[in-house]
Amino acid sequence: MSPNITLKVHSIESFGTHDGPGIRLVIFLQGCNLKCLYCQNADTIPMKIGTEYPVDDLVKRAVNMKSYFGQDGGVTVSGGEPLLQSENLITFFEKLNKQGIHTNIDTNGAVVNKHSIKLITELSDLVMFDIKHATPKGYEKLVGKKLFEQSEKLISLRVESGKPFWLRYVLVPGFTDNIEDLKIIGKKYGRYKNIERFQVLPYHKLGVYKWEALGEKYQLENTPENTPEQIESVKNIFKEYFNRVI
Amino acid sequence: MGLNFNEGIWNTSIEVKDFVSKNISPYHGGHSFLSGPTEATKALWEVCKTELKKERSSKGLHSVDTETISASNAFPAGYIDKDKESIVGLQTDALLKRAMKPFGGYKVVEKALAEHGMKPSESVTNVFKYAKTHNDGVFDAYTDEIKKFRSLGILTGLPDNYARGRIIGDYRRLALYGINRLVEEKEKDLAKIKGPMNDETIRLREEVSEQIKSLNQMIEMGNAYKLDLSRPAQNAQEAVQWTYMAYLAAVKEQDGAAMSLGSVSSFFDIYIEKDIAEGKITEKQAQEYIDHFVMKLRVVRHLRMEAYDQIFAGDPTWVTESIGGQLVDGRTKVTKTSFRFLNTLYNLGPSPEPNITILWSADLPRGFKEYCSKVSIETSSIQYENDDLMRCERESDDYGIACCVSFQELGKHIQFFGARTNLAKTLLLALNNGRCENTGIELVSGIPAVKEGYLDYDEVIRNFKRSMKEVARVYNEAMNIIHFMHDKYYYEKAQMALIDTNPRINIAYGIAGLSIVADSLSAIKHAKVTPVRNEDGLTVDFKIEGDFPKYGNDDDRVDLIARDVVAAFNHELQKLRVYKNANPTLSVLTITSNVVYGKKTGATPDGRTKGVPFAPGANPMHGRDTHGLIASLNSVSKIDYKDSQDGISNTLSVVPKSLGDTEEERINNLVGTLDGYFGRNAQHLNVNVLDRDVLKKAMENPEEYPQLTIRVSGYAVNFVRLTREQQQEVLTRSFHESL
Repeated sequence: MSPNITLKVHSIESFGTHDGPGIRLVIFLQGCNLKCLYCQNADTIPMKIGTEYPVDDLVKRAVNMKSYFGQDGGVTVSGGEPLLQSENLITFFEKLNKQGIHTNIDTNGAVVNKHSIKLITELSDLVMFDIKHATPKGYEKLVGKKLFEQSEKLISLRVESGKPFWLRYVLVPGFTDNIEDLKIIGKKYGRYKNIERFQVLPYHKLGVYKWEALGEKYQLENTPENTPEQIESVKNIFKEYFNRVI
Repeated sequence: MGLNFNEGIWNTSIEVKDFVSKNISPYHGGHSFLSGPTEATKALWEVCKTELKKERSSKGLHSVDTETISASNAFPAGYIDKDKESIVGLQTDALLKRAMKPFGGYKVVEKALAEHGMKPSESVTNVFKYAKTHNDGVFDAYTDEIKKFRSLGILTGLPDNYARGRIIGDYRRLALYGINRLVEEKEKDLAKIKGPMNDETIRLREEVSEQIKSLNQMIEMGNAYKLDLSRPAQNAQEAVQWTYMAYLAAVKEQDGAAMSLGSVSSFFDIYIEKDIAEGKITEKQAQEYIDHFVMKLRVVRHLRMEAYDQIFAGDPTWVTESIGGQLVDGRTKVTKTSFRFLNTLYNLGPSPEPNITILWSADLPRGFKEYCSKVSIETSSIQYENDDLMRCERESDDYGIACCVSFQELGKHIQFFGARTNLAKTLLLALNNGRCENTGIELVSGIPAVKEGYLDYDEVIRNFKRSMKEVARVYNEAMNIIHFMHDKYYYEKAQMALIDTNPRINIAYGIAGLSIVADSLSAIKHAKVTPVRNEDGLTVDFKIEGDFPKYGNDDDRVDLIARDVVAAFNHELQKLRVYKNANPTLSVLTITSNVVYGKKTGATPDGRTKGVPFAPGANPMHGRDTHGLIASLNSVSKIDYKDSQDGISNTLSVVPKSLGDTEEERINNLVGTLDGYFGRNAQHLNVNVLDRDVLKKAMENPEEYPQLTIRVSGYAVNFVRLTREQQQEVLTRSFHESL
């Protein structure tokens, strides 16, 4: 037992069907190192709020869900940026591993330290890296931080580990839909066989109210949502590089 | 009998289960073999749709025969379109025409008719100047105390002015044996019932004699349709037809709240597969038999008064058919006809009846699991119950579900239905010296006043246990009276003729308001709760300081309170002797009485205000389950089936998108959810896969959604047949949605 080790949680979704394979317990951790212009969960960005959950409580929740996981499901930590709590996440993941529960991290990758490296290279059965942008300049404009290289570093460490991972890419009209940029990403990562899936996520505005609740201005007011045709054509470009584009 | 079946003890004694086990062809494939509707099926269903529309537009009542007291042989043959029907038989001489079954309560029939500007004919009126009914008998015997509990809303919806239902005849017996053989066996049984002539023996001799008369009336009913029911069925069409005739006799004679069917599909399958193998019929014809049978089940009707709709909304009949499950020897009971039955939801469109119930086992064939999941996602018309749990705990693999959630071994068990008591109000008795919080009238004596200030958990629990004990006592007294009188004045002779002469009896008690009680006790334990009292010292509100764990979030701090409350109330009931030595069982099931019970219950310590509906069944309270669908399911799964053997109802509503991005993912994730939930020994799950918007649109334009079906609490309804208030309540329920 580790009664004093906690994670700072924003919310818990016990029926996650969009954040990794199968049915998943998704734990949204509080706090993010980036501030993406399109963020759908802006309420997870601030570091100072959130609820402390003992790691043992979270393990118990996961164990209670074992019968639902089948062969594919498990636990996903998302956020916010989960790797900001890497040290305590190590305890959490070690306990889940002992229980035979599949683990997954949904991350922007831009947190590089010994703890996050251990999680990414050893403890996590799956990692979903959110590629924000193809170029350092575009990245900075979109997320507000100069962390492009760090994020690439963590992806390359996962590549080296030989363990499976997914890439996710949010399609923001006017920001991330430049065809040349898409090709850069394809050329950079298309060759790695441990990429199981490439997911194109549509941009949407369902989370705008959360910015307002934080008293901040939402800057992409005039950005339109994607049409199904746009998404399809972007997927087709990625399909030239990746085996499984969803 | 000329049919080449594998033999067994079923040849020498009445044992349908043995016949099924010896002759079943388990099926492990997918659904691609299924056939669409035939021209005849389409034509017949068109007629039904037109008449159903007429029914909806005339306050839910198409027509009534006010001249005839219904019985299995009371009406001439009725058809939808005779030449097109491969399975014949209606309750009266015309489609959707309802019949009077006044032995449950004559005043009830009069009232139901008066609400539509009609009355019973003079000759019928004359009969009931002299004939006594179940309802008359019960009220002759009720004590003032029972009447008080009833009128103040502690005991509601008891079957004291309508028929109890819930008894499932083993309708397959008629097809397998024919009536002559069944009469022969009952005559042998009767001869064995000898003196000394005490109450029990005399009653049983009278009952078996009634059963024999009823079997002979079924022969007459068959003759009206030119069917010789005296002999066994000789082929698939006859097997379906004979079984339906047995069920039809039951619903002509009785109008019990739930008139369930049992588990007939895999029994039919034995005859169907034989006929197909011998080249006598095609897949198309096999499907047509099932489609026409199911069509008949969809138009079963009973005459009800408006007040009935409050506890059983949407005019349900609970023609519950249980499909699937495993045999004790490890083979599956899934057959091709299990698929054919589900396929009716495509061939005829979605429907609340028959109440299709899947007996779920971890070991069901994958192809069947996926098909069920697909049907749920596309129709929201089916419910699931845990076969692994019931088969093991109740020690039988040949059972049906009576009504919503109640196990009943076919032909071997019956059930005495007992509606439910209001547990939330029972908790308020504990805080108000045993007085009703709305009227101040004392219901339970000897409950001490609670100390002033913050409510003390241990003190509240002590009082609550005392009030549960007294409520259990009064409830038991009411049940004994009701079932004594029902046997005396409205005995189910047709159904009982198809059941062993001395069946085991379960009495089905129930509770409503479990989540309110659990959350209230959790608030008292984990937060600080102060009652706000009026000048009479009655609680009118509660001040809550601090947060508290709420049932529905997989949090043991409150979930175990819910579990323990069920165990404690069951414990009280187990102590009390029941009429005919019935075995007490308890359900956590509300049907739709969660709305009316809510109305009759004052503010509760969980923060619920006066009059607000309870959550249905064992569901967490709407909006309080904030950790997603599985956390909510897990809370319910902690209630122990051993304490609640009549069933634990849970209704799930999930938006399609939340199940996954692709059809394949949605199907697999629902299968995973069901495997997971039942793997935790949960008992029942209604599954709705719907967007709230669809329901809102249906409220605005009901005529565009005549077949929109939604599972409410152990059964399904046509959404458009609910009252506005009931529709609103459905909309406030948690729709699980994750982006």
